[in-house]
Amino acid sequence: MSDTHIIHLWGALRPLVGGALFLTVKATTIRGLFRTLVELHPGMEAHIKRGVAVSIGGKIYRDQWDTPLPECAEIYLLPRVPGG
Amino acid sequence: MSLDSMNPALVEKHFKVIGTRVARPDGVDKVTGRARYGADAAMPGQLVGLVLRSPHAHAQIVKIDISKAVKLAGVKAVITSADFPDHTQGDRGMMDILENCMARGKALYDGHAVAAVAAIDAATARKALKLINVTYKILPHVTDVDEALQIHAPVLHPHIYTEGLSEKPTAASNWNKHGEYGHGDVDAGFKEADMVISRSYKTEQTHQGYIEPHSALASVSPDGSAEMFVCTQGHFVYRNQCATLLGLDANKLRVTASEIGGGFGGKTHVWAEPLALALSRKANRPVKLTMSREEVFRCTGPTSSTSIDVKIGAKKDGTITAAWAELRYQGGCFPSNWAELGAMTAFACYDLKNVKTVSKDAVVNRPKTAAYRAPSAPMAAFAVENTIDEVAKAIGMDPIDFRIKNAAKQGTKSSYGPVYGPIGIGPTLEAAKNHPHMKAPLGKNMGRGMACGFWFNFGGQTCVDVNVTPDGNVTIAQGTIDVGGSRASIAMAVAEELGVTYNQVRSIIADTSSLGHNDMTDGSRGTFSTSKAAIFAARNAITVLRDRAAKIWEIPASEVEWRDGAAHAKGVNHGNRTPLSLKEIAAQAGQTGGPIAGHAETVADNAGVSFATHIADVETDPETGRSLIKRYTVIQDAGKAMHPSYVEGQYQGGAAQGIGWALNEEYVYGKDGRLQNAAFLDYRIPVCSDLPFIDTQILEIPNPNHPYGVRGVGETSIVPPLAAVSIAVTNATGVRQTHIPMSPPRVLKSLKTKKK
Repeated sequence: MSDTHIIHLWGALRPLVGGALFLTVKATTIRGLFRTLVELHPGMEAHIKRGVAVSIGGKIYRDQWDTPLPECAEIYLLPRVPGG
Repeated sequence: MSLDSMNPALVEKHFKVIGTRVARPDGVDKVTGRARYGADAAMPGQLVGLVLRSPHAHAQIVKIDISKAVKLAGVKAVITSADFPDHTQGDRGMMDILENCMARGKALYDGHAVAAVAAIDAATARKALKLINVTYKILPHVTDVDEALQIHAPVLHPHIYTEGLSEKPTAASNWNKHGEYGHGDVDAGFKEADMVISRSYKTEQTHQGYIEPHSALASVSPDGSAEMFVCTQGHFVYRNQCATLLGLDANKLRVTASEIGGGFGGKTHVWAEPLALALSRKANRPVKLTMSREEVFRCTGPTSSTSIDVKIGAKKDGTITAAWAELRYQGGCFPSNWAELGAMTAFACYDLKNVKTVSKDAVVNRPKTAAYRAPSAPMAAFAVENTIDEVAKAIGMDPIDFRIKNAAKQGTKSSYGPVYGPIGIGPTLEAAKNHPHMKAPLGKNMGRGMACGFWFNFGGQTCVDVNVTPDGNVTIAQGTIDVGGSRASIAMAVAEELGVTYNQVRSIIADTSSLGHNDMTDGSRGTFSTSKAAIFAARNAITVLRDRAAKIWEIPASEVEWRDGAAHAKGVNHGNRTPLSLKEIAAQAGQTGGPIAGHAETVADNAGVSFATHIADVETDPETGRSLIKRYTVIQDAGKAMHPSYVEGQYQGGAAQGIGWALNEEYVYGKDGRLQNAAFLDYRIPVCSDLPFIDTQILEIPNPNHPYGVRGVGETSIVPPLAAVSIAVTNATGVRQTHIPMSPPRVLKSLKTKKK
């Protein structure tokens, strides 16, 4: 099973990675993904602390960082949306 | 928890309690005045807290002289920003909250707190406020979002450099964040189009308009422990934020939530609560701080005013070839990402090959904005849905058929990125098309509008205790505030699981020292997430009940099953035993292991997105410009409606607020940057005579992410009304309405423009 994933970034994150629309990252869980992102792109840390949601196959996760990243899943980073 | 138990297709479908319309547990107290709201609390020796607020939109605070106020007889404490040392440890977001609660060096909006007093009575406190001498140096201000984004606009914060640009700007500005969403090639898409429509829209700032003002009663002991009784949508979050801001230990600050007279997102932020605690700490007495209505308008968190440009292209066959929007939202005087949320939601209802949204978030000299029911989405929907309507008409297609043709569906790549799973926009549109409302005749000066709306919904952290009382009844302790009937729904869920009647179960909102952390009631999460935790807690309690029955029967627990509110022995050796009811097992709890309880904690991620379609009939008087809603219908997917009356109430409430926003509500600022209409007489929310009965149609498409298929329903219903009502007024008048609210003077002005 491959633990390499294409991670799509929302617009505000792209300047932190030189304008790329997506990154290729090795990780098995959301926690591992965030850890690797911060290692590769330290500017991500502030965003992750502020709140980043992860869409995995269209399902949006805000908190459950042990959620696995399935092989071939479409993964998007999104702002953590507040509600009213 | 097994996956099967989470799948509504595989669990109990023949509900006995869920889906009924049981009596609400807070009904009698609320209609008889027994319910305790924020200002109803009292403690021995309590003082009255009042706040001194800036009369200027933007001013440097040169000096604050409190010497005369502290000497006034009856004054027990006077505080300024000097009483709030920085405990935020470099967290800029927390510092913004602190600075919003009490100005630090600069007043950033009309009404910004600059000092506060605690005195033995209100008269003394008012006198003390007058004795505080603040020396201001008035600075240029800006309150309009487009003006704030101009290069020569007065800059509010020297530390704000636009985030999200490819290169860091060379100068500070009011443009705090840039964002982009979308996919495909919009330029190529517009070239493919047979018809392209571009429009610019504006929406004015509105307040959530909750009837109960903010109120907090705080008591801080010299030993560092503290308690607070407060009106809030999230007492755990208030506890955590207040503890951080005041340097208290969270475990020593016990916060009890009052009943809540409306919140809608406006009670998700702390405003006066840290001040009440700081006053109490300084005075060594309890302090009650209750805002006036004027303070609520001037100093709490309304929603953004916006300026939005939209461009949509389509082929003659009705296919949208490209969609683009730039959304500019002001977030008040501190950085926000409301425009970014608008950019995410703007085109979320549609299946688009080429789409791009650009967001620009700005700071202005207005109060820090807060969430308001599906925050940011109604304004974006207003702009997009009007343009959709205009494009449909321009190509000669019925607007509802145009929407159905382009509606997002399972497998659609959403405009904000991810591909959708099963979604409900199509069924709401089909239901609207087939609704009798769409076919009803219209009278003179009337127009009909319909529009769609989208919201994300979310789940969050929740925990619940289920306790069986010795007499065989059940109490529930939940940590999410009940703003829309969750105590009834949670009791229904536990009754369903245990197989007992609703009347045997009662739920209360526990204080912050009685349960683990619970996120606030926002994001349409209250019933969705809390019922999920309650179901799991009840199932855990059933495990205990089976074990106790096994002990009474002296058989293995594996040979006991729970159904219809009783333990049943199963298997060839025990099948003839008389079932043990909950009451019988509870009566022997002391002899079988002690109290019987179940607990569960969850993070209810993956709540599933939500869609709605609304239909509005409006009569607009061409002489006065006044618009009246004559008929209104809400169609929305609820997953499973646990208590249909509450679901209908959410649909109706969202629609009513949206109608007020569409027609009348508006913050009016003078040239001096001061709010001109900080009262319900001048800020006009709809009253009963302004509204027809709002019809509702609940669609029940089970949400696969909840054991009963429940979906959050609290917010989406406010997304379509601005668009639906404005399209109706457009159809009634023949003039495209592009500025919300469509107050009579604004509509008349648009009609005069048409005549010219």
